[in-house]
Amino acid sequence: MSRDAAPRDRIIGPMGNKEQVLAAVRGAIKDVAAPEIPRGYTRDLGLDRAALIDLFATRVDDYRAEVHVIDRAEVGRVIGNVLADRRVRSVVVPDDLDPGWLTTVTSQVVRDSADLSARDLDQIEGVITGSAVGIALTGTIVLDGGRIQGRRAISLVPDTHLCVVEADAIVGTVPEAIARLDATRPLTWISGPSATSDIELDRVEGVHGPRNLVVLVVTGP
Amino acid sequence: MASTQPKLQPKPGVAFLGMPAFTEAAHIALGDDQLRRNLGRATHTIRDKRKRVVGELDDWQDLRTAAAAIKDRTLADLDRHLEQFEAAATAAGATVHWAADADEAVRISLEIVRAHRATDVIKVKSMATQEVGLNEAFAEQGIRAWETDLAELIVQLGGDTPSHFLVPAIHRNREEIRQIFIDEMGSVGRPAPDDLTDEPRRLAEAARLHLREKFLDTSIGFSGANFAIAETGTLVVLESEGNGRMCLTLPDVLVSMVGIEKLLPTFSDLEVLMQVLPRSSTAERMNPYTTMWTGVTEGDGPQEMHVILLDNGRTRALADNTGRQALRCIRCSACLNVCPVYERVGGHAYGSVYPGPIGAILNPLLHGVSDEHDAALPYASSLCGACFEACPVKIDIPSVLIEQRAEVVEERAESGRPNAESLAMRVAAWTFADHRRLERAQKLAGKTGPVARHVRRLPGLLGGWTASRDLPPIPQESFHEWWRRTRGEQR
Amino acid sequence: MKVSIFVTCLADTLFPDVGRATVTVLERLGCEVDFPTAQTCCGQMHMNTGYARPAGEMVRSFAETFAGAEAVVVPSGSCTGMLRVYGQDVAPGVHLPPVYELSEFLIDVLGVTDVGAKFDASVTYHPTCHSLRLLGVGDRPYRLLEAVEGLELKELPEAEQCCGFGGTFALKNAEVSSAMGEDKIDNALSTGAEVLVVSDSSCMMHLGGLLGRRKSSVRSMHLAEILAAGD
Repeated sequence: MSRDAAPRDRIIGPMGNKEQVLAAVRGAIKDVAAPEIPRGYTRDLGLDRAALIDLFATRVDDYRAEVHVIDRAEVGRVIGNVLADRRVRSVVVPDDLDPGWLTTVTSQVVRDSADLSARDLDQIEGVITGSAVGIALTGTIVLDGGRIQGRRAISLVPDTHLCVVEADAIVGTVPEAIARLDATRPLTWISGPSATSDIELDRVEGVHGPRNLVVLVVTGP
Repeated sequence: MASTQPKLQPKPGVAFLGMPAFTEAAHIALGDDQLRRNLGRATHTIRDKRKRVVGELDDWQDLRTAAAAIKDRTLADLDRHLEQFEAAATAAGATVHWAADADEAVRISLEIVRAHRATDVIKVKSMATQEVGLNEAFAEQGIRAWETDLAELIVQLGGDTPSHFLVPAIHRNREEIRQIFIDEMGSVGRPAPDDLTDEPRRLAEAARLHLREKFLDTSIGFSGANFAIAETGTLVVLESEGNGRMCLTLPDVLVSMVGIEKLLPTFSDLEVLMQVLPRSSTAERMNPYTTMWTGVTEGDGPQEMHVILLDNGRTRALADNTGRQALRCIRCSACLNVCPVYERVGGHAYGSVYPGPIGAILNPLLHGVSDEHDAALPYASSLCGACFEACPVKIDIPSVLIEQRAEVVEERAESGRPNAESLAMRVAAWTFADHRRLERAQKLAGKTGPVARHVRRLPGLLGGWTASRDLPPIPQESFHEWWRRTRGEQR
Repeated sequence: MKVSIFVTCLADTLFPDVGRATVTVLERLGCEVDFPTAQTCCGQMHMNTGYARPAGEMVRSFAETFAGAEAVVVPSGSCTGMLRVYGQDVAPGVHLPPVYELSEFLIDVLGVTDVGAKFDASVTYHPTCHSLRLLGVGDRPYRLLEAVEGLELKELPEAEQCCGFGGTFALKNAEVSSAMGEDKIDNALSTGAEVLVVSDSSCMMHLGGLLGRRKSSVRSMHLAEILAAGD
């Protein structure tokens, strides 16, 4: 790290008054019964794989992200083209990224490692990652730090995020996605490029997170 | 200072001290044409969007019902869920602190920052830290807390206070924002570009450049949380800009201040809340970014993690049988956006970090109604019910407001001071208790009718009516009289 | 069918024409109308201002006055909502007869949308909040208005926004109340309609008062008055 890790005078143990808070809670709810939860909402959309892919691509596109639905054999070629078209001069990739995906890439490729600081990442223009789950209804991609996803900082600091989504990882709804995810992993849900509506509630794409999101949906065995 | 200061200039803090109570604050706000235009435009835009995106889901009402029940279930066993959360988060490498009130939350926060000898912290927008007045307390100790949400940045640079949960600078328009950036950015970091225009895209770019330095250089991050999962110890933060991801991922130390009502029993409960929150707040199918993390992950993100569980009046609200439902609130701000009162007066008039309909019930629940600010809030509503209809967790705000009005009445009665309202209500109740009294009053009114027609201004509370509205002409004959005259006594 | 009307204290005292119009419509449709003269008020003003105890007494007195009624018809969404939605809250265990807001009664009980009215004017309708949200009357008032001969119904922009009356809100926060009402009037005027129709005397008093102060040629009228017209 270029920045010094935060110096620390002492180990900080739990503070405050747990028993006081808990006693107040218990006093407040002593006569309150827990209701059942009626779960009458939709769990799956009843769509086949092709329709799910189609819906996912449409919904990702609605966020003004770029979407390509491609065959597995095309991945390397399309990655090279996207980076060239967008003139991305350097990309960081997770250390377990398939080298086959980089065969046509002319940008400088940096494999992620522990000594790459946030400042270093800030000098890199793009990032390529995989993903864990795609949600068709909301056009959302979830990264969980698993295979070819790397740590969270790499998909955050560079300005162009090229994200590969396996067609089989696309589910219809949020409940289906939650069922596939492990809460204890670091999860990042991404729906389009970074955006803000803070100025007169007028949506603007592109603030601190990647301003460009390119999604490759990969089909085929 | 920006040249376009709002006319309401409250001091930040737990309640915005020094603010006039609602009615007077509303008077000032109503006189601010720019504010009304900004608010009108913004609330109309978001209302329409929300309607569209909620309309897309056939199961919206089912989701609302489930969301309300999930939160009720959480609250009914809150002690157990809190202990479960603490155990899970601790096992995952976090340190969990408990703060009974704002002072304790501030003390714990300061202790953590001091232990690292830090002078700066970066913050992702958090209602809890605003509620306890963290930035102000840090400033007194020479610690600079940098807000990184675009709207919070606008508010902070403008020396202003937030007026909306989601869009804290909703009261500012693009021209005002440009001026604030030009005037203020340079004194606290990278200045605004010389050729900055008021195009939202350019303003967002200026914020990106200004804040990037702070993201890369600051070693302690502060956040709140939208949800905290008891079962797993996971925290969840929803956002749009990526400033949240920056604050939650890049610093070495992360401190998250979480209201105790933010708990959810299980991770799978998010399958409901992650649907209702984005659609209700930013009116999107999903917000651009959500981060979910559990304690410390080796080699990924902050390696020291603190959670401060905050009570600060929540257990007071929890003990209120009608008001308890206010703790279901997920701070989406849908109620603000649909509220006709909020639309006209803006957030500052509520004099609290929690404005709008939810603020009108939450503040009295958290602090009681003995203070004149809190006592005025239950009346800041026409009880039209638009808030209840929009609420994704079905908080019956009108019913809680009515209950709180009763509390105010009781509080006043106990103080023993005579007041015009309770006298009028007593007279009215006496009149309505017997139809013969009502009929005598009607006859009397009928006689004054010809005189009353020329009255344009009434004294006292009734003067509020005649300031802008004519009195209805008083009829010669009441319905009672007409019925007796034409139909005779039937019963 | 035998129908009891609860005319509401406000219409009784200040807008007796609304009560008379209600009687006219119901009798035209063949109902035998009864007006129990012991009636006074539903208690809403007291409850909404924080005086639940007297409100509860009024609800009980209402229940006594209308005991055994087959159907009680009320030309007010607000008072109907008070009795039906909040009645039990302020008067636990009270036994209330079936209470209907006028448009509910005409459409749901009598099964009528064309009540035989004739009204030669263009109108716009403000769906009052408690009819809309407490009772959920939906499009019933619109269906009744559309069936009126000679009437041209114009769509009101921002129709579902509150007019700003809100009971004692109109006095305690008079300025906000008026600001909301002025916007409602502006929207009504933008339709070019000659009459602004509402289904609550309270909203009518507020909007009528604002129109009067503006010396506008547009009138505010109660739904019952439109439906009674033509006789």
